Amino acid sequence: MSSTTTTTTVGTIGAPSRRNTELAMLVFAVLIPVFAYINVGLAKEGSVPAGILGYSLGLGLLAGVTHLVVRKWAPYADPLMLPIATLLNGLGLVFIWRLDQEPQITTKQLGGALAPGQMMWSTIGVALFLGVLIFLKDHRVLQRYTYISMVVALVLLIAPIFFPAKFGARIWITIPGVGSLQPGEFAKIVIAIFFAGYLMVKRDALALASRRFMGLYLPRGRDLGPILVIWALSLMILVFETDLGTSLLFFGLFVVMLYVATERTSWIVFGLLLSAGGAVAVATFESHVQTRVHNWLNPLELLNGGVTETAQAMYSFGSGGILGSGLGQGYSRLIGGIAPKSDYILATVGEEAGLAGLMAILLLYGLLIERGIRTALAARDPFGKLLAVGLSGAFALQVFVVAGGVTGLIPLTGMTMPFLAQGGSSVIANWALVALLLRISDTARRPAPAPAPSTDAEMTQVVRP
Amino acid sequence: MNKPLRRVAIFCGLLVLSLLIRVNWVQFVQADELKNDTNNRRVAIERYSQPRGNIIVGGQAITGSTTNDSGDFKYKRTYKDGPMWAPVTGYASQAFGSNQLEKLNDSILSGTDDKLFFSRTVDMFTGEKQKGGDVVTTLNPKAQKAAYDGLGKSKGAVAAINPETGAILALASTPSYDPSTFAGMSDKDAKAYNALLKKNNPDDPMLNRALRQTYPPGSTFKVVTAAAALENGLYTDINAKTDSPLPWYLPDTAHQPLNNEGNIPCENASLKEALRWSCNTVFGKISADLGNKKMKAEAEKFGYNDAKIDTPVRAAESVYPTDNRPQNAMAGIGQASNRATPLQMAMITSAIANGGKLMKPYMVDKLVAPNLNVVQQHTPEAMSQPLKPENAQKLQEMMEGVVKNGTGTNGQIDGVTVGGKTGTAQHGENNKDNPYAWFISYAKTSKGTPVAVAVVIEGSDTLRGDIAGGKLAAPIAKKVMEAVLDGNK
Repeated sequence: MSSTTTTTTVGTIGAPSRRNTELAMLVFAVLIPVFAYINVGLAKEGSVPAGILGYSLGLGLLAGVTHLVVRKWAPYADPLMLPIATLLNGLGLVFIWRLDQEPQITTKQLGGALAPGQMMWSTIGVALFLGVLIFLKDHRVLQRYTYISMVVALVLLIAPIFFPAKFGARIWITIPGVGSLQPGEFAKIVIAIFFAGYLMVKRDALALASRRFMGLYLPRGRDLGPILVIWALSLMILVFETDLGTSLLFFGLFVVMLYVATERTSWIVFGLLLSAGGAVAVATFESHVQTRVHNWLNPLELLNGGVTETAQAMYSFGSGGILGSGLGQGYSRLIGGIAPKSDYILATVGEEAGLAGLMAILLLYGLLIERGIRTALAARDPFGKLLAVGLSGAFALQVFVVAGGVTGLIPLTGMTMPFLAQGGSSVIANWALVALLLRISDTARRPAPAPAPSTDAEMTQVVRP
Repeated sequence: MNKPLRRVAIFCGLLVLSLLIRVNWVQFVQADELKNDTNNRRVAIERYSQPRGNIIVGGQAITGSTTNDSGDFKYKRTYKDGPMWAPVTGYASQAFGSNQLEKLNDSILSGTDDKLFFSRTVDMFTGEKQKGGDVVTTLNPKAQKAAYDGLGKSKGAVAAINPETGAILALASTPSYDPSTFAGMSDKDAKAYNALLKKNNPDDPMLNRALRQTYPPGSTFKVVTAAAALENGLYTDINAKTDSPLPWYLPDTAHQPLNNEGNIPCENASLKEALRWSCNTVFGKISADLGNKKMKAEAEKFGYNDAKIDTPVRAAESVYPTDNRPQNAMAGIGQASNRATPLQMAMITSAIANGGKLMKPYMVDKLVAPNLNVVQQHTPEAMSQPLKPENAQKLQEMMEGVVKNGTGTNGQIDGVTVGGKTGTAQHGENNKDNPYAWFISYAKTSKGTPVAVAVVIEGSDTLRGDIAGGKLAAPIAKKVMEAVLDGNK
């Protein structure tokens, strides 16, 4: 009988590892920024820039090492995320270097040339990426640190209150001798770990133990507690750190994860009501928020007879048009100060790479986000699912909040464009984020181990004489 | 958990989609508007990234460009004899924008005009940088110099026109300013500019008095009143006695007499004599007899009440208003609410000198592409016919009488027929301020009538009375006419 020839329904055929695909795309992810770098040099000085060899070797080396480590320690990981992160990071370096060529915004007070520093931070970020992949064999280990994560996240989020505001926002902590850190970037990852762990345990209570009220499921008071704490916390960040973006990011992240965990739409309604209420309440007495909203509604308004940053960014986008002015040939430095290299780096992309380039960059982000959610779909364990959707959701919200703010879609908030913008904390944290996603996707796509030879099967077999 | 995950995926997709729509809106739909916004500094950077074309007078450029050593803007405007030419060129400043010809012909000067499309396309292929075209003016450098030097330190203006074509030959205004001093954008430029503003400088040097300031024309307006009398048939023979009592009382008033300046023979004086002596009573009565409507109609034929006299720099509107009878009588001798620009008075003179036909005044002869191709050429055009030729003839005879043996003898030029009219306009409440001295004139040779000129001098402290126009303004007009005649020899 044919049925006796196969003894199990579980096969060993898994998803192909796709490592070679990743390698091929990494080559592009390195080549495109290298050509962009040469392009800037030709436009600005009329010659191939002197640093090209170092830059290409550096970027190539980083990409090569990451690839080898992924091949060895996460062979079934998603093949798209690493090339996209490399490409965005590489292009970010080119844009920062390009803006370093403008003497007006590269003065001593503004920290001088920032590209070398960014290169160093990228290297550290990649090192952290490698560390996560090598030492974190299984993401489920992180479950153990649910409540430690909560404490760490709270500390990270609250810490900037005790440090002076920098560049108009209280989102920095300054460590003497090391420099400034933006703890919010790291808190993003840590809090996703906390939510994933907490919600995995509590999801049934939150989803089922609730009363129905006006068509909505209202949770019990003791389940609601931590949620309200988070809500209050994000409002606190908004009030004391005057940081609209981080506040929005954390609350949005929380609502998304809650929704995924409980599968109850009522949480979204509840979350939106809470955030709307909070936002309106804060906006009524926070002049900072009011200013942002006013600037958003009147982007081209003159302030004290001068053009505002918001307007300068809009002019950058408008002047770029469809194909852009060409790398190195725009005037996004008119935005002034350090902003074009950090929060407003998209304005440079928009002006010099044009609508086409900006859309390409946004699509890269979109692709990275969707690969992250795909990882969540593919993950087999609820913790992995929640963590993956949390990380990619946070990433998506950050991209939306920054790009939407810079292009005038929503009020502006001071956050960095992941990988692209200048900023050590940001680039390090985002490499770690991608590492976690890769780890989850590796686990998700790894073929199930071949079943051990079943001795029982032999023994129960009916042997006919 | 997969159903909400799919929804989250869609939600994130929508976030990215909304960003894509937004950047399309900004960079495609709104792009042009943002790109050309006046506050977008790129517009100025682009403008000053290449030398600007020049404004040309008598074959010589009176503007230039110099490279800036610092800042965004590579090239800066320079001016030759800036104060003398400022009423013509205007200014082009990196920090304070531009005006007059610099502004009106900006697209040619900066090389962005559609008319330069062809040469720009060629440049694109040959890899040349965009270049600006030139603006060739009608001005006569010698006449301009005579006018500017003649005005000297006094406050005033001169406008000279070629009556046969309408070409503006001189356009001077004093006190003037040098547009070079604030062509850049340094603190020094800002200081120079602020010092010129009216609030910081009561002399208002940036006011273009020849085009943009209206004055009561005083007795010079009597030529228009005379024209109205002839055109309407009130009087036909300029040598016949008029019905002009002395003293003459303003209509509708309680016996308020209109006085003449000094003791002059004005009773029933003929038109020619009345103009020669500048009789207020005779012309006041003509204006009263004709009535406001006819006077206004005649003034309008000469260009009054036209807010759109573009040379191409727009001149201020000269006003002859609808008025009651006594005011209308006063307006007939160039007082009351009758106000005219120096250009307007030069136009009146040119129409009389040109056989009654008023040519449209203009000061840009042609626009030239960087490759010297003419992209636009002005053809003289008639604006109106305020006088029949025979009446123009009569008025010329009257004006020539003024210069030959009347109030305007200072305008005489040897061997040339000169017609003119003096004026001293009262000014201020109850005539308390210094009067304006006017002189309008034209010069005629056997070859034609090449120049008509109007001169006004504000606030001279010297003399009052009708003689002032003849004494102060006439010598300047004479110099300007001589300069034009010299060039035509």
